[in-house]
Amino acid sequence: MSQTSTAPAPTGSSAPAPRRGERARRLPNWSPWAVFLGAAAVVGVLWPVFDLNIALFVLYTVVLGTLAVYLLTRTVEGPRRATDRLVTCLVVSAFGLAMVPLVSLVWEVVSRGAARLDGEFFNSSLVGIVGEGGGAYHAIMGTLIITALTTLISVPIGLMTAIFLVEYARGRLKRAITFLVDVMTGIPSIVAGLFAYALFAIFFGPGIRLGVMGAIALSVLMIPVVVRSAEEVLKLVPNELREASYALGVPKWRTIVKVVIPTSIAGLGTGVTLAIARVVGETAPLLITLGITNATNLDAFDGRMATLPVYAYYQLTQPGVPPQFATDRAWTAALVLIILVMGLNVVARLISRFFAPKTGR
Amino acid sequence: MAKRIDVSDLNIYYGNFLAVENVNVSIEPRSITALIGPSGCGKSTFLRSINRMHEVIPGGRVEGKIVMDGQDLYGADVDPVDVRRQIGMVFQRPNPFPTMSIYENVAAGIRLNNKRMRKSDLDDLVERSLRGANLWNEVKDRLNRPGAGLSGGQQQRLCIARAIAVEPDVLLMDEPASALDPISTLAIEDLMADLKERFTIVIVTHNMQQAARVSEQTGFFNLSGVGQPGRLIEFNPTEKIFSNPDQKATEDYISGRFG
Ligand SMILES: Nc1ncnc2c1ncn2[C@@H]1O[C@H](COP(=O)(O)OP(=O)(O)OP(=O)(O)O)[C@@H](O)[C@H]1O
Ligand SMILES: [Mg+2]
Repeated sequence: MSQTSTAPAPTGSSAPAPRRGERARRLPNWSPWAVFLGAAAVVGVLWPVFDLNIALFVLYTVVLGTLAVYLLTRTVEGPRRATDRLVTCLVVSAFGLAMVPLVSLVWEVVSRGAARLDGEFFNSSLVGIVGEGGGAYHAIMGTLIITALTTLISVPIGLMTAIFLVEYARGRLKRAITFLVDVMTGIPSIVAGLFAYALFAIFFGPGIRLGVMGAIALSVLMIPVVVRSAEEVLKLVPNELREASYALGVPKWRTIVKVVIPTSIAGLGTGVTLAIARVVGETAPLLITLGITNATNLDAFDGRMATLPVYAYYQLTQPGVPPQFATDRAWTAALVLIILVMGLNVVARLISRFFAPKTGR
Repeated sequence: MAKRIDVSDLNIYYGNFLAVENVNVSIEPRSITALIGPSGCGKSTFLRSINRMHEVIPGGRVEGKIVMDGQDLYGADVDPVDVRRQIGMVFQRPNPFPTMSIYENVAAGIRLNNKRMRKSDLDDLVERSLRGANLWNEVKDRLNRPGAGLSGGQQQRLCIARAIAVEPDVLLMDEPASALDPISTLAIEDLMADLKERFTIVIVTHNMQQAARVSEQTGFFNLSGVGQPGRLIEFNPTEKIFSNPDQKATEDYISGRFG
């Protein structure tokens, strides 16, 4: 079993490739962890000397550990595996770095908001509250109503636009609409709010505040998101299914309603839910169009309404004296908002799980 | 009710590209007509123009005449949807509706067109179609399972059942057996022999033996070069095509000689 002359000869003469039978030297799997522990210990010893803080401690440990792992692997296992380990370390560090803001944000909001996450917060408004107590019932209801209205406006328009783009539009018209939708995606939310305000001010005069105004402002933001996601999902429906339906003598519109949409319903539902999650936390447009109120107003066609993001904003910026109680309410409002968005994401996942076409036997 | 199809001076375009040129042919009722020819010569294109599926493709258009029992299929007052109700199609790749069960797939032609039908009648129709497609025994216990859960060959027969359930006059099949094993292929060929009692069948195939086995008439399409339109070179009874064709090109193609 000797090597024949046709087999590629080892290129580098300084580092002969390990022959078959001869075991390449390998570090045990736990060695990188051990190296990092060692690095942490070294940096820990130096802590008092250089007067470190926790962030610097982690930074130095990661840098030192990565270097040590690289050098150790290079001497024991060779350059290829060393590069592999180095890149692994970099990728994991980048991931850790990306997680820092997320985890610390959730941690901060939960720890500060949990204090007022009580029955009263969900059951009472701010009417007659000075200082302690009070809740965000009116703001929670406001957010739910405005979001529902926004969805009611945006989903039909968005879905139909997407269907038009994918199934009917051709050539220049299609490009024009796609371009406009792209532009709409980039509209700053404050501009959407100003648009709705200006629109209603024409009819009702300046200073107007209405729930529907907020819903319209949010629709300007939500429609392009719905169009985009629905378009992508509809494009995924194979053309063969449409042709199969046409070949049975089914007209185009009925093919869309009964074949294309049912096939893509999971993706459409997910897209819509995520689009709702996108706009539920919008603040700026609601600040202009809804204003804020302390009392419960469930009528979107009559006067100011409170919503969670705006509520949190005002509790934080105009807390009254002492500020502590209002600040607590602001954090709890933020927490409720996060829970709401997370709930929507879970719903989106469930939708895509349960409505996906089944292929099981 | 099987019908006769007369094609005259047919040119088929994709945008400005002339894909098939000057086809003249008569397709007999209650018989199987096979179309053969090298890849890209326009067999599928021609087949799809018969039931007006060609114009579904952006830029697809047709010149000339296709007449089915005296009715001009491309007449100004003819609705392509009506044409497709009379001329069914089975595609090269099986394409059952993924959201529907086996039962619903077969009933799709009725259900999607919102035709009212009593449950018992529909059950009968589904059973009859599945028996017709030689699939009933394999699926009768799991009619409510998804159609996409069948094997490729079973899916293809499901698509045939779906196509014959709407009782068209003509059935077009584009390489229906190209992805199937010999057993399923034979099942489909037997099926075609049964179906030709009731339908006019046009089949595209790359399999010479298959064309020779099942068809009465055979048409040979060919290309004179890349970018040139495909033409119907020869159309004759199958026996003649395979024993003593009129054209040299046909003979070369059938015997596997080129250039
Ligand atoms: N959607 C399309 N757009 C533009 N040109 C097309 C389209 N489909 C097919 N063609 C062209 O039309 C010609 C005929 O294609 P067609 O699909 O009819 O060939 P075919 O004979 O069915 O080939 P095969 O045996 O490989 O299925 C080819 O030159 C092809 O490139
Ligand atoms: Mg083809």
